[in-house]
Amino acid sequence: MELTALLECLGSVSCIVTQSSTGLIIGALLFLVAAGLTLIFGVLGVINFAHGSFYMLGAYIALTAYRLTDSYALAALAAGVGVGVFAWLFERFFMRRVYQSDVLLQLLVCYAFILILDDVVKIVWGAEFQSMGMPPAFQMPPLFIGGGVVPVFYVYLMSAAGLIAFLLWFTLTRTRIGKIIRAAAQNPSMTSALGLNTRLIYALVFSFGGLLAGLAGGLAAPVRSMSPGMGFSILIESFIVTVIGGMGSVSGALLGAILIGLIRSFGSIGFPLFVEGLMFLSMVLILVFRPSGIMGKAQS
Amino acid sequence: MSKNTSSDRRTLLKLGAIASAGLAAPFVSRAQNKPIRIGMPTILSGRVAMLGQASSNAATLEVEKFNAAGGLNGRKIELVIRDSKGQPQEAARVARELVTSENCEILLDAEASSGAFAVHEVARDLGVLVMHSVSETSSLSADPKVRTPLGFRCARQGIHDAIVGGAYAAQVAKAKNLKRWMTVSPDYAYGRDTTNEFIEYLKFFNPSVEVIGDVWPKLFQADYTESVTRLLQGKPQAIYSALWGGDLTSFIDQASIYGLFKDREFFAVNMADYAVLTAVKNVPNGLHSGNRYLKSFPNTPANTNWCNAYQARFKDLPLNWAWQNAAAVQFLTTAMKKTNSSDGKKMADALRGMSIDSPFGNNGKLTMRADDNTVVDYAVGWGALEPKEPFMAKPSPGNWKQIAELELQWKKRKSFA
Repeated sequence: MELTALLECLGSVSCIVTQSSTGLIIGALLFLVAAGLTLIFGVLGVINFAHGSFYMLGAYIALTAYRLTDSYALAALAAGVGVGVFAWLFERFFMRRVYQSDVLLQLLVCYAFILILDDVVKIVWGAEFQSMGMPPAFQMPPLFIGGGVVPVFYVYLMSAAGLIAFLLWFTLTRTRIGKIIRAAAQNPSMTSALGLNTRLIYALVFSFGGLLAGLAGGLAAPVRSMSPGMGFSILIESFIVTVIGGMGSVSGALLGAILIGLIRSFGSIGFPLFVEGLMFLSMVLILVFRPSGIMGKAQS
Repeated sequence: MSKNTSSDRRTLLKLGAIASAGLAAPFVSRAQNKPIRIGMPTILSGRVAMLGQASSNAATLEVEKFNAAGGLNGRKIELVIRDSKGQPQEAARVARELVTSENCEILLDAEASSGAFAVHEVARDLGVLVMHSVSETSSLSADPKVRTPLGFRCARQGIHDAIVGGAYAAQVAKAKNLKRWMTVSPDYAYGRDTTNEFIEYLKFFNPSVEVIGDVWPKLFQADYTESVTRLLQGKPQAIYSALWGGDLTSFIDQASIYGLFKDREFFAVNMADYAVLTAVKNVPNGLHSGNRYLKSFPNTPANTNWCNAYQARFKDLPLNWAWQNAAAVQFLTTAMKKTNSSDGKKMADALRGMSIDSPFGNNGKLTMRADDNTVVDYAVGWGALEPKEPFMAKPSPGNWKQIAELELQWKKRKSFA
């Protein structure tokens, strides 16, 4: 425990700027993955354990697209669309058949796909880790704000995540599609009775959740090495975020992601050997005192 | 009459003996040509699948050479490679199965340290010759409680890297007046041991060095942002890291955009391996590394030719694990030829103290040290890195006399000697 270092940091503007922006950066990418996970759970009621593999697939698709086009924007787009299409097919041919099954069966189907996708990645892209490298547009010195250091690439990532968060909120709360999705989440039988195709809604939501994970993989590709199995660690952190934020709540995912980001950034100064512990401790506290999560609705 | 009868009987016996020998010959020949099966547990799936890939590639290449040259009096080697998925319990299960069900006479253990210790105990239990070709944890061969008469290691050791790295870094620290150091290494046994040993020898060679902080990200962490900013807050003049593989690549990519390497020296023991060197697109200035595998170190035709042959066969550059496994097979095949046998006990006697010509040797030779069944005299060195071939233009080779002396003192401190 290095409380003195933490207090010194909290007394320094440069340290606060650097560590706060660090928290937001970590949170931004976590949010993109966790948002898809929580959206799928909120509407379909299933936990997509293969979500980390979607993130991995997105990173690899982005790598190939970047090598072919030299365009980072196209690479990120290809990652989102590619994984979105894959998620559609995954839902259509596999997950749809186990919606009514026991959670254990859903877990087994997803786990099988985690292993399958790891092997597919190994066959297509190779067993060795790979790296995309920083696109030339972002190869520049970091910004210095109030003495704190903020890389330009991360400013872009935070903006992208913020925009996606806004679009998600707007779509879900202010559009007709959002209303239908919320209706399907609350009462699928009634939604179906009103003549709406709930199967299509489910497929769309699952696909969109996959798209978000793929997009996150693509956006993060310049600063993450890629290797088969890389989706696992992000899956664990995404679960922590969704539990803290509230399973099924997109705004909760945003809040949870930022909270985890800040815990990690300031925790690394004050509790360097207990950063992981702090994350899990916060999850445990939420589970004990507010089991539905910060923004989740308590079950009656 | 009786004479004739006796003579007939003798003739019959002779004919019978000849016929028996003739009938038995194919069986004897079949036994003589029975392949020598070597079981190879390694990691072929998950995040470190490249470890198993590089290991099995190199071992296959050497086995092919041995078989093409006629094998052991016509007996060819069959390499039986199995995936342990990086789990120690699976490594132990696979190793046992390779011996008991797959009839492997020898184990070539290409497991990371946790798996290697598990395979080591299986080999001890079954009384099988085992050659560890990946684990760098010193205690595997240094600790007499762990060591077995049939267990050998053909892999670099953390303590050797620490001594050579400490001496090199101390020299750079003196020249550039680097006093404030921090470390960033993966939070597991290898990361902690390697870092502590490096710092111990850095301070031994340059007592003015002060370590002002350490950061321990977890193994396979995806995001190093908080580690990078913590290092920035510490304002060290130099940083040491035992990160490796994709973790090291991610760290460098993420640290570069924060400008962490600007006006700061970075010492990464595992940087000079082609997997990392080719993955990091912009190798910053001020990076120093220990060699893992480089075509140019040792800068000899034998090493270049071996690298070219590997690249031609697998369309890929060899990694550190590749040279270790190639050398391991070279040791095993030399022992087979020397003893004219694939018997583990006979081979073990031959292996102890054996020296072989090798592209990876400090002076063209590798030695299997008799005291602790471990390889020494391999090419080990540190140097400043450049972003393109040869990546390390002026490596500073380790002094094996100095390594041996300091290693012995270290063993005494650990009660290993």
